[in-house]
Amino acid sequence: MLKVKDLNVYYGKIHAIKGIDFDVKNGEIVTLIGANGAGKTTTLKTISGILKAEKGVISFDGENITRIKPHLIPDFGVAHVPEGRQVFAQMSVYENLIMGAFIRKDKREIANDIEMVYTYFPRLKERHKQLAGTLSGGEQQMLAIGRALMTKPKLLLLDEPSMGLAPILVDEIFSMIQTINGAGTTILLVEQNANKALRIAHRGYVLETGVIKLTGTSEELMSNDEVRSAYLGG
Amino acid sequence: MNSKTKKAYLLNAVAVFLVYIVFLTLIRFKVLSNYFGGVIILTCIMMIMALSLNIVAGFLGEMALGHAAFMAIGAYLSGFTSIAIMNAFPTAPALLVLIFSSLVGGVAAGIAGIAIGTPSLRLRGDYLGIVTIGFGEIVRIFFINFDPLGGAQGLKGIPRLTNLSYAYWITVLVVFLIFTLGVSKYGRAIMSIREDEIASEASGIPTTRVKVMAFTISSFFAGIGGSLYAHYQGYIDPDKFQFMFSIEMFVIVVLGGLGSLTGSILSAIVLTVLPELLRGFAQYRLLIYSLALVIMMIFRPQGMLGRTEFSLYHLIYVLTNKREPYKKGSIDGGKSS
Ligand SMILES: Nc1ncnc2c1ncn2[C@@H]1O[C@H](COP(=O)(O)OP(=O)(O)O)[C@@H](O)[C@H]1O
Ligand SMILES: [Mg+2]
Repeated sequence: MLKVKDLNVYYGKIHAIKGIDFDVKNGEIVTLIGANGAGKTTTLKTISGILKAEKGVISFDGENITRIKPHLIPDFGVAHVPEGRQVFAQMSVYENLIMGAFIRKDKREIANDIEMVYTYFPRLKERHKQLAGTLSGGEQQMLAIGRALMTKPKLLLLDEPSMGLAPILVDEIFSMIQTINGAGTTILLVEQNANKALRIAHRGYVLETGVIKLTGTSEELMSNDEVRSAYLGG
Repeated sequence: MNSKTKKAYLLNAVAVFLVYIVFLTLIRFKVLSNYFGGVIILTCIMMIMALSLNIVAGFLGEMALGHAAFMAIGAYLSGFTSIAIMNAFPTAPALLVLIFSSLVGGVAAGIAGIAIGTPSLRLRGDYLGIVTIGFGEIVRIFFINFDPLGGAQGLKGIPRLTNLSYAYWITVLVVFLIFTLGVSKYGRAIMSIREDEIASEASGIPTTRVKVMAFTISSFFAGIGGSLYAHYQGYIDPDKFQFMFSIEMFVIVVLGGLGSLTGSILSAIVLTVLPELLRGFAQYRLLIYSLALVIMMIFRPQGMLGRTEFSLYHLIYVLTNKREPYKKGSIDGGKSS
């Protein structure tokens, strides 16, 4: 479904992504794990068109999306949940979700999908009129995911959904990610929290300073000594 | 539209009509002087200016410090148009000429908005503030030196077509249109860009295009305001459209609450009527503004209404039932009525 070939991304002279290859197949949860500064966010931003690739090809369902403008990426069925819960703080929960459906015109289906998001995250339903900026961190993350689901994506790009959240909330969100995947949405999950990410993912890639060091199924990575000592705490 | 929204619309329509009748009667029976009628017209014009500026300053959250320039473009082009029409057809109906000329002025200002907005809104950061200040001065100096439109003497002989009724109803129409924009899909898109540009793009919003659109609509209505002004005064003095005038309009918007349309309306009324009542202190006008601004920033930095909208329906409901029907409405917060 998603194929990334020889991707190179620069910030000025800084070579942040140094020729990585990876792919995500239909129906999978694939995780890209790596320490802070490894290039995880850069990779996702390049897929969704916010950053430009210097070299390399990103293709989605056979179409080359390397040079597509960011606001047109949702049309291809790719939704990006940016790092750090970027919700529209001064707008209500409901309005945030409506904005997610900006590119869609099917009013009745949009209403259905809002209800679907509310079933995934009942806390959002209780707070549908509340301003998003007044939600707790976990609720904002749920809203950011919900808003991305409103674009009706085939592939969901998640940038560190566990960041800054209490463990119990992380579990709740990760189990919801599994549910969303079970309902047919493919997921590329970027995480520093390798432990939790590998537990729900089918496969994973280990990213280190812009290079992919290792890849394998989640079981393989979890039992790999290097991964255990560097990312799973022994 | 649910029944609550319908009721609220109806209530607002009735209120708007009543206010009109009251003012008309008071002026007809000389309770209010013609001079006061003039103050009402100026207030209407300032409302249009503040509301249109709020689209960029409030909804979009960009510094726009050249609103007077777009007003000037609207004033000059509409004035020129109506002079030409009246020369060719002296008996042309006033309202029609006013509307047509205003549209010409508004479109001209809107085109200027596209020209200024496209390059400066493409970039992230506060370029717009700087560009609009520069643009404001260029426009003013252009009109001072452009003799076909009167040069430094200003443009004279503009038919005085703006009367109280026309000013009032055109303002009502503009208020309605800008409110409608505020609750529309594209209005929300403007606000979401203010909240977070990357998340907006990830939601499929063409941010550059929407920003330029917001700036263009804002400029268009500024041009309409300029036209009403030109046809009220009967002449245009290019020095009216100084940088300080843009600042005055910005202050009105900030005092009312960035993003609050009813706040802009209220603030435009207070800050236009107050200095007129204190006519003897005319030279202190800017002092009053500055003082109001300082006091406001200390006690209520979000402006009179913050981001919420005043709702007549809500007020009456509370007064009669002594309890809140729902949370205070706002165009970009909860549901407004
Ligand atoms: N805007 C930027 N300008 C310059 N360098 C950047 C910028 N954003 C990230 N980088 C650098 O690129 C590398 C990868 O960053 P990032 O993709 O954010 O990592 P991660 O998401 O894995 O923590 C880091 O070395 C970081 O310092
Ligand atoms: Mg990151």
